[in-house]
Amino acid sequence: MRLSRGIVALALFFVAMAAAPLFLGDYPLAILILVLFAAYLGQAWNIMMGFAGLLSLGHALYYGLGAYLSAALFAHYGISPWLGMLAGIAAAVATGSAVGALSFRFRVGGVYFALLTIAFSEFTRILFDHLHWFGSSSGLFLPVTGRAGADLVSLRGPTVMFYYLLLAATAAVLLLSRILLDRRIGYYWRAIREDEEAAQASGIDVFRYKLAAVALSAGLTAIAGVFHAFYYNNLYPETIFAMGRSIELMLPAIIGGLGTLFGPILGAFVLVGISEGLTSLTAGLGIDGLKQLLYGLVLGLVVTLQPGGLWPWIALRLGLRGAMR
Amino acid sequence: MLKIADLDLFYGDAQALYGVTLEIAEREIVAIVGANGAGKTSLIRTIAGMQRPARGTIRFVGQEIAGLPSHRICELGIGQVAEGRQIFPNMSVVENLEMGAVIRRARKEARSQLERSYAMFPRLAERRRQLAGTLSGGEQQMLAIARCLMGQPRLIMFDEPSLGLAPLVVAEVFEIIRRLNADDGLTIVLVEQNVAQSLTLADRGYVLENGQIVMSGAGAALLADDRVRQAYIGI
Repeated sequence: MRLSRGIVALALFFVAMAAAPLFLGDYPLAILILVLFAAYLGQAWNIMMGFAGLLSLGHALYYGLGAYLSAALFAHYGISPWLGMLAGIAAAVATGSAVGALSFRFRVGGVYFALLTIAFSEFTRILFDHLHWFGSSSGLFLPVTGRAGADLVSLRGPTVMFYYLLLAATAAVLLLSRILLDRRIGYYWRAIREDEEAAQASGIDVFRYKLAAVALSAGLTAIAGVFHAFYYNNLYPETIFAMGRSIELMLPAIIGGLGTLFGPILGAFVLVGISEGLTSLTAGLGIDGLKQLLYGLVLGLVVTLQPGGLWPWIALRLGLRGAMR
Repeated sequence: MLKIADLDLFYGDAQALYGVTLEIAEREIVAIVGANGAGKTSLIRTIAGMQRPARGTIRFVGQEIAGLPSHRICELGIGQVAEGRQIFPNMSVVENLEMGAVIRRARKEARSQLERSYAMFPRLAERRRQLAGTLSGGEQQMLAIARCLMGQPRLIMFDEPSLGLAPLVVAEVFEIIRRLNADDGLTIVLVEQNVAQSLTLADRGYVLENGQIVMSGAGAALLADDRVRQAYIGI
């Protein structure tokens, strides 16, 4: 059992994460929620870029569809966010598939595909600025009432409820990624990422498997959007569909290690850690933008020193192989 | 086995193939020779379903395949060893080979075909866990051929298999192609700039010039033709 060390370490990690709320106050818990959002989204984005080699710079689109659809259905009709989530996933999968099918059918690849993902995300942001049902540019708000207990059905509850939901979602996507990489689809994605022409020449239905990566990644991203809507209770197109969100969302996977399983989770800890650390470090200095400057410098440093991401470097030193890569 | 008639191919406004008509019988080795840019690779890619022709028909064992997606054409039994040894560099040798057995018919045969491949290419067996990108040029070409065989093709198209290889290795590759035809009964389409060697090996040949077939005939006859000798062999 060569893998057992990795599995044990992973189990310990999730046990520690599950026990964390017992020891932490609301503020550190809120920071861990930021970590989990980042980890989950990094993993979802990683399926497209890391596994299949498809660069999406517009994932805020799928995030926003999940957030807005579930929130609007709840705000207008009191429909449970879990049903809203299904609607959000369906919308994200449909939109992602449309963007993908359009690009792949007309052989829009590489940078041009990435540009198209930005374009669709930006169109949608502008569209939502004018949709009254979604609160248009003045925002959509969820009623914050009866916050005494945790109401899982309506996703109304304390911070700790969202913490556990996100932890479960992060673990689930990690498991899903592991399973998919082991299956034929995972191998085909790797082949497509390595050399799309060669994959096609080998008889792989490249169109279908690329589309599957986009649809899956988009659908999973929408789920995080739902949690966002019910955790923050307010949605503005300017922030939900922001270009900056699409970029932020990719960083955990890039810093942690593209195409790796644990990389996005590690990347999320590192990124949120650096960000929070710099906030408290620069808070007393009163210099505007210093934090952002340092943040950028640290990211630049990491990417320069470990272009493959931090996780492969650490995994090598821990002696982990195969299953934990 | 493969019948192509009046094939036109365009890249945007630029025409790459002009009314290409040719025929390949079962168990034949047919060479398609011509200079760089004559349309050889375009022709292979069109047959493989990676380019859609503007006009013309491609029939494989009686079935029209022009315009079919490439994975469907693989399923019918047309394999290709693409130009420039398109292997997956960051995958191991054995993973590369497994990637060749994509279609259902090939997946059933994958185990036994893997053994046959290793018997045919002992070097690949020795290096099965090694990353394909670390193999030598000749070994990568062997891997590309072995991977194609994993797909259980009935007809294999080789695109410039000698490109960038040392003369000794080129001879080895041509010998493998000969054996695949003679021993395993595979039909071979050989696209080459190495005109002398490929026409020597081939039963028949076609000369492609500026997207058109300008000459065809038995390999030996073409090799003896003055125009071919002057244009491509430089004698």
